[in-house]
Amino acid sequence: MSIKSVISHSFRIAWKDLIELFRNRMGLVMLVLMPLFMMSMVGFIYPSDTSVSKVSVALVNEDEGYSSAMLITALETMNNNTGMMTITNASGLDEVRDMIQRGEVDGGIIIANNFTSSLITGKQGTITIVTDQSNPQMSALLQTALKEVFEQMGTWLAQQKVQELNSTVNESNSLAIVKPYSVHTEGAIPGHFSYFDFIAPGLMAMTVMMSVMTGLPAAISHEREIGTLDGMMVAPINRLAIILGKTLAQTARGILQGILILTLAVALFGVTIHGNILLIFALLLLGVFSFVGLGVVITSFAKDQETAMMVMMTLMFPMMFLSGVFFPIQQMPWYMQSISKVLPLTYAATALRKVMVLGAEVPMITTELAVLIGLGLVMTTIAVPVFKRAMTR
Amino acid sequence: MIEVRNLTKNFNGFRAVDNISFDVKKGEVFGLLGPNGAGKTTTIRMLATLTRPTGGTATIGDYDVVKDDNEVRKLIGLVSEKMIMYDRLTAKENLWFFGRLYGIPKEALNERIDELLRLVQLSNWKNSQVGTFSTGMRQRMNVIRALLNMPEVLLLDEPTLGLDPQSSVEVREFVRKINREKKTTIIITTHMMVEADMLCDRIGIMDNGKIAALDTSTNLKKLVSGADTAILELEIANLTPNMIASIQSLKCVNSVSQDNTTRIKVHANGDGAFDTIIDAIRTEKGKINSVKNLEPTLEDVFLNITGHEVRDKADKKIPMGRHRHFMPRPRVR
Repeated sequence: MSIKSVISHSFRIAWKDLIELFRNRMGLVMLVLMPLFMMSMVGFIYPSDTSVSKVSVALVNEDEGYSSAMLITALETMNNNTGMMTITNASGLDEVRDMIQRGEVDGGIIIANNFTSSLITGKQGTITIVTDQSNPQMSALLQTALKEVFEQMGTWLAQQKVQELNSTVNESNSLAIVKPYSVHTEGAIPGHFSYFDFIAPGLMAMTVMMSVMTGLPAAISHEREIGTLDGMMVAPINRLAIILGKTLAQTARGILQGILILTLAVALFGVTIHGNILLIFALLLLGVFSFVGLGVVITSFAKDQETAMMVMMTLMFPMMFLSGVFFPIQQMPWYMQSISKVLPLTYAATALRKVMVLGAEVPMITTELAVLIGLGLVMTTIAVPVFKRAMTR
Repeated sequence: MIEVRNLTKNFNGFRAVDNISFDVKKGEVFGLLGPNGAGKTTTIRMLATLTRPTGGTATIGDYDVVKDDNEVRKLIGLVSEKMIMYDRLTAKENLWFFGRLYGIPKEALNERIDELLRLVQLSNWKNSQVGTFSTGMRQRMNVIRALLNMPEVLLLDEPTLGLDPQSSVEVREFVRKINREKKTTIIITTHMMVEADMLCDRIGIMDNGKIAALDTSTNLKKLVSGADTAILELEIANLTPNMIASIQSLKCVNSVSQDNTTRIKVHANGDGAFDTIIDAIRTEKGKINSVKNLEPTLEDVFLNITGHEVRDKADKKIPMGRHRHFMPRPRVR
């Protein structure tokens, strides 16, 4: 059995599978809709940057002095520019709590009643931010935003004080006295980046690999159930050609979805690709290679399509969340991190991110490449004999 | 051509095929007859290299089905119980796909596809998707698919299952034609006595994974109908339960079964059984409309050999037709 005939047989099987796929209208629609849903869900649900807008906030001013009035005016001026909050007035802490419980506001600001007098007597004025613990993400955002606002106002106030104390100090000097450091952030690559730039490469890797992972066991066990697999099995062809052909067809399907995601990401979500497109597809193929063995092993053990799908789903979910596609791996506790280190998807997603976002070349992703190739080789070596045995039970 | 020696297959402790041996000569039509679950399909699948035997050997044209599986595959064509056809591919695309897997050159394959489609009168549907075909058309496709590589041995697993009588006849005639014209050796499994009787040169009766009897149809029947055995079908206009009971009580009668309100079937043996039965009916004042002396069918053979009727064991793949009862106790309405 020459390699040439194995390849030509597998191409024939792949071609047959693709004809079947393209004549299945419903399947085609799903093929397009799946990445579309994925993209829009992830793209719109996750905010593109960390700024919030139109958060309703209750404002309580227990102080009657001019300092608090000035603070509120400044807050309102700033808010008119950014549109960050919609401010409602409230009478006290109890009412703010009430409003949060009723879901009318997302948080509250309370200016203590001795605010002005404290400032005059040279003490710190107190501002309390009330948060809604049932929505930790929102309260964190609100907290950060408000703290920054009050910080800035405080700085401005301090500057005034310094100038009052020493008239020889001008405005920029006073800032240097109050805030001796200024911190700037700069990305490795110039340009504006959103959460989407982070997620698009991972999402692509995931879709392509998942598509092969679920498609392969489904396709083979489906053919086994309807009996057509026997037709291929009684033909004098290498069993390898059957898996290879099926894998080719599923890979083509997966890559098609990958292209769709890439197009959508660029067209709808303004993702810019900094790396080499060919390298991106090479990485996707490598990702498939590293995965396919697992799919074949599952196919060999699962008796019918239903079982195969269930096993796949069970494996897919942890993989989705542990491979750093949606959340950075560094956020996870150490034991989760160690699981994610053995998942091929982690490496595919990381490598793809480096290439797409940072414009990395092959030398910069050698570790990822080595791991993917290694995993693929190990998986395939296990999978091929297992499949051959399973096929002639 | 085919040699099977002590072939055995266990599925998780269940013995599906139990130590069977038989030979099939070149150009012969060999039938495996038995109820569902008897082990026929497993036997065929082992011969087709699709299932690995637990024990024993089988060779096709001197090639071992396990060691030289690819050589065996070149020699055989398989008509499986399930259709080996892709619904979304056209008739031609299906045949082309499988033909190319056998490495048939394009020119030759094109001609063969046309020839085979013509043979089963499907030329007009060459470019239609198989999913739109009727069951009969699909089964004809299923059969010619197995003939693409011009196999020396054709394995047919219940080829008429679920077909209407007319399509069944067509398939049977086609199988016989292939055997006659191409000298193809054929192994066919069936649970239908009529089919085995019509098609097969020799029949192996399978039950519980074993071959219970193996001979030509005629010889098998002789096992049942010795010179002194008769099966009579009687039409009696005024049939009564008493009449049946009195026939039943006769010494020479083995069993009586009632087909409908006027017809009974009597298994009898011994000299003069015919006269004794007629006399008994006359005594009960029965009006005999007709008497037929029936040839024993393979159903009778099966009953005689296995001690029970052809009936489903493991699963119910198809509803059985009319059940005839050959029990010694009469069924009377």
